[in-house]
Amino acid sequence: MTQTMNPQGPQAEEPHAKQPRTKLARGSKPSMLNLLLRDKVATVAAVVLAVVALTAIFGPPLMGELATKQDLMFMNKPPFDPANGWAYILGSDSLGRSVLARIVVATRTTMMVAVPAVAIALLIGSLWGVWAGYHRGRRETVSMRIADVIMSFPSLLLAVVVLFVFSPSAANIVLILAITRIPIYLRTARAEAAELQSRTFVDAARTFGTKPNAIIARHVIPVVTPTLLTLATLEFCFVMLAESSLSFLGIGIQPPEVSWGLLVAQGRQYLQTAWWLSILPGLAIVITAVAANALAAWLRIATDPAQRWRLTLDKRSAKALKTIVKDAK
Amino acid sequence: MLTYLRKRIISSALPLVVVVIGVFALARMTGNPAALYLPLNATEAMREDFAARNGLDQPIWAQMAQYFGGLLRLDFGASMRTGEDAAAMALRAFPATLQLAAMTMLLAIVLAVVVGSIAALKPNGLLDRFASFTSMIAASIPDFWLAIVGIWVFAISLGWVPTSGVVGAAAWFLPVATLLMRPFGTLVQVIRGAMVSALSEPYIKLARSKGATQRRVIASHALRNAAAPALTVAGDLTVGLVNGAVVVETIFGWPGIGKLMIDSILQRDFAVLQACVLLTAVAIFALNILIDLGYALLDPRVRPSAGKRARRSARRDASRHRPSQPAPAVAAERADATEHELTRSLP
Repeated sequence: MTQTMNPQGPQAEEPHAKQPRTKLARGSKPSMLNLLLRDKVATVAAVVLAVVALTAIFGPPLMGELATKQDLMFMNKPPFDPANGWAYILGSDSLGRSVLARIVVATRTTMMVAVPAVAIALLIGSLWGVWAGYHRGRRETVSMRIADVIMSFPSLLLAVVVLFVFSPSAANIVLILAITRIPIYLRTARAEAAELQSRTFVDAARTFGTKPNAIIARHVIPVVTPTLLTLATLEFCFVMLAESSLSFLGIGIQPPEVSWGLLVAQGRQYLQTAWWLSILPGLAIVITAVAANALAAWLRIATDPAQRWRLTLDKRSAKALKTIVKDAK
Repeated sequence: MLTYLRKRIISSALPLVVVVIGVFALARMTGNPAALYLPLNATEAMREDFAARNGLDQPIWAQMAQYFGGLLRLDFGASMRTGEDAAAMALRAFPATLQLAAMTMLLAIVLAVVVGSIAALKPNGLLDRFASFTSMIAASIPDFWLAIVGIWVFAISLGWVPTSGVVGAAAWFLPVATLLMRPFGTLVQVIRGAMVSALSEPYIKLARSKGATQRRVIASHALRNAAAPALTVAGDLTVGLVNGAVVVETIFGWPGIGKLMIDSILQRDFAVLQACVLLTAVAIFALNILIDLGYALLDPRVRPSAGKRARRSARRDASRHRPSQPAPAVAAERADATEHELTRSLP
């Protein structure tokens, strides 16, 4: 799918380049990168996400023209037939456009929605949650009530109603997805901060007369950041699926722009004659979502000091490390 | 218990009211229905007459007051499309969705309990890794794509099931299988985690030393304790199922409330949309109350006075949080909320 794109070259080299360092670091406290390389599943997930990111950045300039070029000689070509040339390796649609190029161009649109939506929700939700959890009292109660209100209704339905009122542009999708996902970070950040604010080191800072905002910035935020970043990775998966669903229902990204969800929707009517038009873009969604999920599962353990040892000790990781060291020799 | 229930009902009713007001206001902004219902060459007088007949010429607060007045008399307004009572339309579509959701959740819970328990018996064993990987994939597949793959494989290529409709058992297969995936995947992860930590507790050792059979240890000691967190997540997943229902009902032509909602948005049928939203919100509200009750039944340690969030946590973290935590209640809350958000990949 998208991984077969040209950006894979530089990306595939990266793990190899880092191998000597893995060897040197043995015995000392392992860095995050070393931990990542020891877990095969997490490494593959990270590579997949990096390829998707590189495709989103460099893909459209390279393949943009191909994605809109119609060629009646190449109508409805089935995928995986090298006779049609590499541009049509994933088949072509009823106008003879390359499916591969269209998926690559759609990658950028999909990422342009998912990444900002996650970033905005993460930033607002966690700052708000930390603030509410640190101060507790009425500020906390009101914040949690607001979160409850947003969370008590299915987010996709809210998005459907809101996007129908305000025209379905990419900016509006980002906004509504960010707003409906803020409570997730808000709840987590509040719970973490509420626990932290009664710890000794925060008490000490308070005794020395540090201002609340300074305490939050110096003592609370660094501690909650790993948890929230893990959550954000998981949320990336959800937001991407939500955008795809909205585009699929016809109230997300609008043609002539394309996103993965929209490609699936457009291909649906050709399901009987050209299955690849909707199945392959969907596969791109699945692979990216699974990679984000797998990376989040790994991050969750790797950023937890009480659980990190699992990654350095368990049998599978040890075996993976052994092969890496052997390869390096 | 009753005081607790009353408190819960009051605090859950607030979101209900806000959602209904919000949808009322938003629906009014989606555009003028007159443009859709009258012919293009309608005169200005005809448009005004249409607006007056449907009460659209009044200011929005007056419309809202009228609407809430009607709600108190159980009058939900009439559909602009068919002139039928909106509540009747919503209530007629509701059972189809309810059956679909109940069937899906029942299957998801049963399958997840079986798979999750088996996986937890040997943490990091072959079965466990397989179950973890499968459940992760199941939880991240977009439902609309899965529905299309299902149609392609089972309806078009194999011809085993119809592509849409509700007649016969075969018609149930694809919608239920599509909706099933995400709750199943998420629940397996939750139940597996809860079972692993429950099986390492001292009371399991005690039960074993008393000579309890493996089946009894798992079914009545470990599973009962693992059920509480799973219940919370299952409740959230059921709310999220409404999301999936909109997509799946649209694809399979299932005459449920999700399809009715999308149709009424597209047709600017305000009364029906509001009735649907209200019905969904009430159903979610009732579900939350039921989950709270179930939670209290499952876990006698949950103190009704312990407040909203602590109530759902209390148990799980005893074995889990860091050693130097001063305020157990707050710490418990924290561990719970974090755990909770991390284990769900759903709204």
